[in-house]
Amino acid sequence: MSEATEGSGGGLAVLVHNEGDDVGVAITDLMPGDVVAGWLDSGRRQTIVVSEVIPLGHKVSLVDLAEGADVNEYTVRIAVTRAPIARGHHVHTHNVRSARWQQSA
Amino acid sequence: MAAERLTGYRRADGRVGIRNHVVVLPVDDLSNAAAEGIARLVPGVLALPHAYGRLQFGADLELTFSTLIGTGTNPNVAAVVVVGIEPAWTARIADAIEASGKPVARLSIERHGDFATIAEGARQAARMLQDASAIERVEVRREEVMVSIKCGESDTTSGLGSCPTTSVLVDRHVDGGGTVLFGETSELTGGEHIIAERCVDEHVRKRFTDFYDSYIAMIERTGANLLGSQPTEGNIRGGLSTIEEKAMGNIAKTGTVPVVDALEPAERPTRAGLNFMDTSCAAAEAITLMAAAGAVIHIFPTGQGNVIGNPIEPVIKLPANPVTAATMSEHIDLDVSAILTGEMTLAAAGDLLDDLVERTICGRLTAAEVLGHREYVLTKLYQSA
Repeated sequence: MSEATEGSGGGLAVLVHNEGDDVGVAITDLMPGDVVAGWLDSGRRQTIVVSEVIPLGHKVSLVDLAEGADVNEYTVRIAVTRAPIARGHHVHTHNVRSARWQQSA
Repeated sequence: MAAERLTGYRRADGRVGIRNHVVVLPVDDLSNAAAEGIARLVPGVLALPHAYGRLQFGADLELTFSTLIGTGTNPNVAAVVVVGIEPAWTARIADAIEASGKPVARLSIERHGDFATIAEGARQAARMLQDASAIERVEVRREEVMVSIKCGESDTTSGLGSCPTTSVLVDRHVDGGGTVLFGETSELTGGEHIIAERCVDEHVRKRFTDFYDSYIAMIERTGANLLGSQPTEGNIRGGLSTIEEKAMGNIAKTGTVPVVDALEPAERPTRAGLNFMDTSCAAAEAITLMAAAGAVIHIFPTGQGNVIGNPIEPVIKLPANPVTAATMSEHIDLDVSAILTGEMTLAAAGDLLDDLVERTICGRLTAAEVLGHREYVLTKLYQSA
């Protein structure tokens, strides 16, 4: 495995709001490779593999998600997937949509 | 770090302000030119031009009236010159502001014209400005200072840093007996059940859910695709994907205290504590309504860098996005981006915000005040007749 990408302090490159969330947030621009993710509620840290470029503030999938699956963040459903999303991939408007405002297609 | 002694302006109705503006308030769009003419002759007064006030009716008219009256009675305002095209609606606004005990002048343009109106308005405004300048700051209590909160151009860093920092301040202010307003009705979608659960009783919960359901029904009746509007293109650029994700960041700034009441737009709160107000999520509309309800200092977490200000209510801006803090520093009052990297704790960020709020209460100007951001926008409920 390659050297993990570190954020500018504390070694973290991804923050996850809660244990059980499906996504984390990049706190620096991420390149493919290993990075350290930290969970805000539990304090746990874990190395995850990022599969594509993910800009600061955008989300990375922590699990494999099927098409039409709920996406949880902050322990609540924040989206449903439009297509399968493999772990380590960028999660955004191209592959998820609102579960509430179905017109936001 | 906190100021040893907080000072502000205690108005005739007992409420506390932190600024001392003399306002020239047009009743309608037609009176903007005269109001601005008065402010040109007396540069220390604040004209508040806006786009509406003619042929409105029903609830839409009442909201314009309550917003204008609430602006004039806001304790950050020392005195008001009301200017309208005709005398009847002008009197309605002027009388209601005068009832709060502050000096009010009233002018109507018909049968006088702009020149005579401006000349008389300037004479009255000049005297009001001199009188206001002699009002001394007095010691005030923190809980007497009404706070409002609303975020804008949010991104995922809002939910991680700037909104949780605001949350610390909300809990402290309410625990100390203070009042905080939050709103942004549509931006609770996906987390509206969380706010409903926090309502103190069934009555407040029903008021809240009625406001929420009605607003969402209005949006859904249009059949429009809101992607790009809510969330905004700025939100999306910053990494927010859906309204639900944006809502959870929004809710992250409301603290953990109960919701003690659910208010109409621009309605003055009567219960100390955290109050929900039914508002648009557009920054200028929401803050204008909160100021009309009496809020005197606003906390504004931002992600991508909304540059909003308000003419009468100082707006404190805090981002947790390091790119925003670095590229838009003239708009930033408090950079809390170090929370993301673990170099700043949430409690430390809360202390910094608390200290900044107290210095702003005592007279320190916010970035938006210094830059002249004075966005004053009335909420329009439907077309005029």
